[in-house]
Amino acid sequence: MKNLQYNSPDKNGFYGEFGGAFIPEMLYPNIKNLEENYLEIIESDEFREEYLQLLKDYVGRPTPLYFAKRLSEKYKANIYLKREDLCHTGAHKINNTVGQILLAKKLGKKRIIAETGAGQHGVATATVCALMNLDCIIYMGEIDMKRQAPNVARMRMLGAKIKPALSGSKTLKDATNEAIRDWINNPEDTYYLIGSVVGPHPYPDLVAKLQAIISQEVQEQLYEKTQKRNPDYVIACVGGGSNAAGIYYEFLNQPEVKIIAVEAAGKGIDTGQSAATSKLGTLGIIHGSKTLLMQTKDGQITEPYSISAGLDYPGIGPMHAHLLTSKRARFMSVTDDEAMSAGLLLSKTEGIIPAIESAHAFAVLEHLNFKKSDVVVINLSGRGDKDLESYINHFNL
Amino acid sequence: MKKLNTVLNQNHKKLSIYFTAGFPELNDTSSIIKALEASHVDFIEVGLPYSDPLADGPTIQESSKKALENGFTTQLLFQQLHDLKNQCDVPLILMGYFNVILQFGVEKFCSQCQNIGIEAVIIPDLPLEIYEKDYRKIFEKHNIHPIFLITPQSSEKRIRQIDEISHSFIYMVSSASTTGGTKGFGDNELKYFDRISKMQLKSKLITGFGVKDNKTFEQAAANTDGCIIGSAYINFLKENKINQTAEFINQIRNY
Ligand SMILES: Cc1ncc(COP(=O)(O)O)c(C=O)c1O
Repeated sequence: MKNLQYNSPDKNGFYGEFGGAFIPEMLYPNIKNLEENYLEIIESDEFREEYLQLLKDYVGRPTPLYFAKRLSEKYKANIYLKREDLCHTGAHKINNTVGQILLAKKLGKKRIIAETGAGQHGVATATVCALMNLDCIIYMGEIDMKRQAPNVARMRMLGAKIKPALSGSKTLKDATNEAIRDWINNPEDTYYLIGSVVGPHPYPDLVAKLQAIISQEVQEQLYEKTQKRNPDYVIACVGGGSNAAGIYYEFLNQPEVKIIAVEAAGKGIDTGQSAATSKLGTLGIIHGSKTLLMQTKDGQITEPYSISAGLDYPGIGPMHAHLLTSKRARFMSVTDDEAMSAGLLLSKTEGIIPAIESAHAFAVLEHLNFKKSDVVVINLSGRGDKDLESYINHFNL
Repeated sequence: MKKLNTVLNQNHKKLSIYFTAGFPELNDTSSIIKALEASHVDFIEVGLPYSDPLADGPTIQESSKKALENGFTTQLLFQQLHDLKNQCDVPLILMGYFNVILQFGVEKFCSQCQNIGIEAVIIPDLPLEIYEKDYRKIFEKHNIHPIFLITPQSSEKRIRQIDEISHSFIYMVSSASTTGGTKGFGDNELKYFDRISKMQLKSKLITGFGVKDNKTFEQAAANTDGCIIGSAYINFLKENKINQTAEFINQIRNY
């Protein structure tokens, strides 16, 4: 029988040929410790109870599965939105940080470090650190700190210390490098709380399992509304791939569900200003994981571009690389302009202003041909408050 | 080129220098190697610059960035080393992150190393398990052997495992840090050097990370076979000429 295990890695941390832990020896004890303990901890009754309670009372889950009537009429299908934008702090990112902070506590760690690009994961990390009274250090590219000043202020209010990443291109990939270097320098008391399904094994699996709550809820909610547990399509945007991993998780091993991954084409695939890793990436190693990434032919990692700060990561997580090459998922990409228009359209038709990241997922509706009976679930990964300035500049609002 | 193990078996404390290829200028590789050889360095680590060097501190990060801006490529380095092959006797080791080697082609990389007479490589982000499972055969076919790192946090079991697979020396990372730490060595580091040296490993032990002057060299070499210096030499090159290299080396050895 064909192996349908798309949502979990093998015992060495590989999804097909992607994944693994390509880490310097300095990180070996910490990664090993995590690898040996994460499954037992996150699958324990005690953890589940605490995690689910916090998701309910603190994050505000379950998030609604909303039938978008006007959008459905426009695109001639039955379109449902998974409202991760209604989570506390405004995006799906907090599902992961709530889980990892509980794990860090179980592992006896006192100091939390994280990377952030747009600042969404940084805010979600600072939030749970405040909640748990743990030291929080956030690495953020110096350039991103200027672009995302309100999130820097939020993190500071929440008690986090922000360290500018001054190396390399001074953006997300460099913030991630700096966080990893911090971990090398502080191997005893520190926990690295990574923000997407990237990095060395077991992080991609850990983050996917903590985001899986999204698809678990969708199954129940869809059953309530349609008496079907599986939709025909699941659509999500992919930066590193955590919101996508979350909404795909329970459906990956159900071959009848079509999986659509949407990447940021930026100004266009061939303009040199893009973040469409599935089109532009090649096999390599980034942040300890063997996956597809954007690089020169000499193996130097290149800087991606997207109007949305949350999608400009130069790689995709190993699970997604495997979904692409095994053809389990269809990868599409949309430009800045298409995403912005889709964001405006969702605002005007449904009264929901999405994060620009999430708007990418809506832009592909223009390019898909649905049957009238098709049930389509789109992950609305975050809200647009943080992006108001970009919307203002783009549309001269 | 002399055999690495011939040099390691000599009866003095070894001094090895790391430099980033392509820094300060693209074609400085050969003059740096010649200057180091003339200063009686025991072996030399040639670094392949990488855009995202995870295990490196600011000094080596910056030199790598500069080298890449200068137009460095892996193929160019092999050309430079090939041209130098018959003019230098000191063993060379290549140090590079795995992505750069993967893009060049692992087999092609090993075969070009072998051509030049290089026997050992340091690939900090290629862990033992993955090396054994996926790459060992290719490396051994070309008689290339990786040098593995250990740290103060490494378990005894892990160290014995690494000792088992090593062909020359184990790279003993001095403390929990990226390269170029400048704190100097305290009780913890000295105890760790002592603990490892008492393990009676079959491999030689060479200490690196944070060795920067005569004092740290003496401390780190006291219980081991010698030291590797990287960031301190790169910093020296920022302020001085390559042909002043002997001054740097003599000050480390206190000649
Ligand atoms: C709202 C939102 N959606 C999506 C992403 C992209 O990340 P991922 O692909 O891990 O879901 C981000 C990242 O900042 C985000 O803030």
